[in-house]
Amino acid sequence: MTPLIAPVPADRMVATTGGLTWNLAQDVHQTLALHFMVNAYRAGTIVAVIAGAIGWFMVLRRQSFAGHTLAVVSFPGAAGAIWLGVSATAGYFAGSIVAAVIIAMVPRSSSGRARSEESAVIGTVQAFALACGVLFVSLYGGFLDSLTGLLFGTFLGISDGQVVTLALVAVGVLIGLGLIARPLFFATVDADVAEARGVPVRLLSVVFLVLLGCTAAEVSQITGALLVFALLVMPAAAAQQLTARPARSLILTVVFAVAVTWASLLVAFYSVYPVGFYVSTFGFAVYVAAAGGRALATWLGSRNGGRAVPLPSHGHGPAPAGMVGR
Amino acid sequence: MIATLDPFIGLAHMLEHPFLRFAFVAGTCIALAAGLVGYVVVLRGQVFSADALSHVAFTGALAALAFGLDLRAGLYGACVAFALLLAVLGRRAAADDTVIGSVFAWVLGLGALFLSIFTTSQSGTGTVGSDAGVNVLFGSILGLSSAQALVDSVVALGVVVVFVAIGRPLIFASLDESVASARGVPVRGLGYVFFVLLGVTAGVATQAVGALLLLGLVAAPAGASQRLTSRPFVALWLSAGIAVASIWIGLTVAYLAPKVPPSFGILTVATATYLGSIACTSGRWWRRPGARSRARHRADQAAAAEAVLSGR
Repeated sequence: MTPLIAPVPADRMVATTGGLTWNLAQDVHQTLALHFMVNAYRAGTIVAVIAGAIGWFMVLRRQSFAGHTLAVVSFPGAAGAIWLGVSATAGYFAGSIVAAVIIAMVPRSSSGRARSEESAVIGTVQAFALACGVLFVSLYGGFLDSLTGLLFGTFLGISDGQVVTLALVAVGVLIGLGLIARPLFFATVDADVAEARGVPVRLLSVVFLVLLGCTAAEVSQITGALLVFALLVMPAAAAQQLTARPARSLILTVVFAVAVTWASLLVAFYSVYPVGFYVSTFGFAVYVAAAGGRALATWLGSRNGGRAVPLPSHGHGPAPAGMVGR
Repeated sequence: MIATLDPFIGLAHMLEHPFLRFAFVAGTCIALAAGLVGYVVVLRGQVFSADALSHVAFTGALAALAFGLDLRAGLYGACVAFALLLAVLGRRAAADDTVIGSVFAWVLGLGALFLSIFTTSQSGTGTVGSDAGVNVLFGSILGLSSAQALVDSVVALGVVVVFVAIGRPLIFASLDESVASARGVPVRGLGYVFFVLLGVTAGVATQAVGALLLLGLVAAPAGASQRLTSRPFVALWLSAGIAVASIWIGLTVAYLAPKVPPSFGILTVATATYLGSIACTSGRWWRRPGARSRARHRADQAAAAEAVLSGR
């Protein structure tokens, strides 16, 4: 079983290493001397790359509520696995993938009653999943430190085996995404035309949800089940503010995600506060900077002879037909 | 575990424990509020705003603790303030909006920070710090003191009274906004009052089932009652009834099986009721609703709105 309790309390580490200084290179060098930090950087990088890639599609498809639910469900999965004495990593994946299949079975619809019903179902699933997590924690017998870790993230005690698992799953997810990327993009941008051209829209949506589930399970092992959103949504939302070109914004998303993760790990190492707080704060800062920069560019553009900056109106990308709210 | 040996003897003695009496009284009032407000939340398809409020409830409560204030001040303050913000955003606050999603993910991250600050500041004085964090996340209905139970009951009953006072026009406005505003119903004003009620309900429900689980108490009973009947006022009170029953049965289960957290018992009953109502009412849930059923539903809704208006 993976060690859930932090091997070294973070506040003691600050005392031994001297805290974050202005010499960035020296700080990075210092953290890289520790094996568990190297593992944390490896795991963080893997997670950030697939979170960026999958998150970009998720934001484009406007499925962030589903992504949030899948991430939350990884918590009871992990808690249940620990209670049963199985590896927590397996629990994360089991929880998220099962939930992905369930959500894929509920049809997406924009008609009034079905929509209100769908949101009630997702809300109930989410709350009940969290309640199951509480039950497992209670049955296992109260371990508050690791409960916080499961919910808000921990980067300590990531084993070599865990890094290999994360890498293998990430390669699988990226290959899967690479195979369906073109038709998925087509189906996302215009579902009706894609369907008419013979693209299996429904199947693509199921495959994508399963990939999203795997990704949510991977990300929650670093950021915690409650803060997966930070890596899935924020880099993609920021990149889509900056450019409307698909390839460019996809690459930008991955770059943002990796940068946010590295910065968060470095700062969290020298701090007593949870890594999830830094991931969400840095991610949000990138998003705010991107939105602010774009607003500034638009304003300057309108002053220089009224040339509008050719970007999507609100940063969401094109909304797929049939998925727009009533 | 003695209670499980003979449940009936255990049940007879259950209400002799003062903490269970407080839990039952406060829980009933909170469930009434959550069931009633939840019905309108589901009717408007705004379960996402309850989700957002649950994040805010957590951060608000822990911010208050981290800065040494009373937990409730932060809880209600944050919930009501963000509920008003959601009311201002109105229909733009849709479930899959990335702006709202990013903001609330960050708010939750802040909550993690405050939890950590509070836990660290309390680490010299035993486990109080961690316990408070867990209680805010997952509820502590069995830990209510008599004074707390009284305050919670009064607040929840206040929500119920205000809701009943504005219930008729509010449901009319939720069913058919344009017709309602054409008939002179103050749709915008009602929306603000409704969101404040939702904020207060989120705050009070956080103390019963916890910030992370209040979504279930708001969404599940309402979803179930909406499936069982299409008459708005029957569904409204049915929703409240299911919520109250969930609290009663959940608390009883938690009493009989001490290992089961009360929040889990309560949510299991609510979820099972929803599942049961889905199983009972139709097999067509897994299929995309056809055009005919959609048209019939629109007609149902219009008829219901008329019935509300004419005072039946």
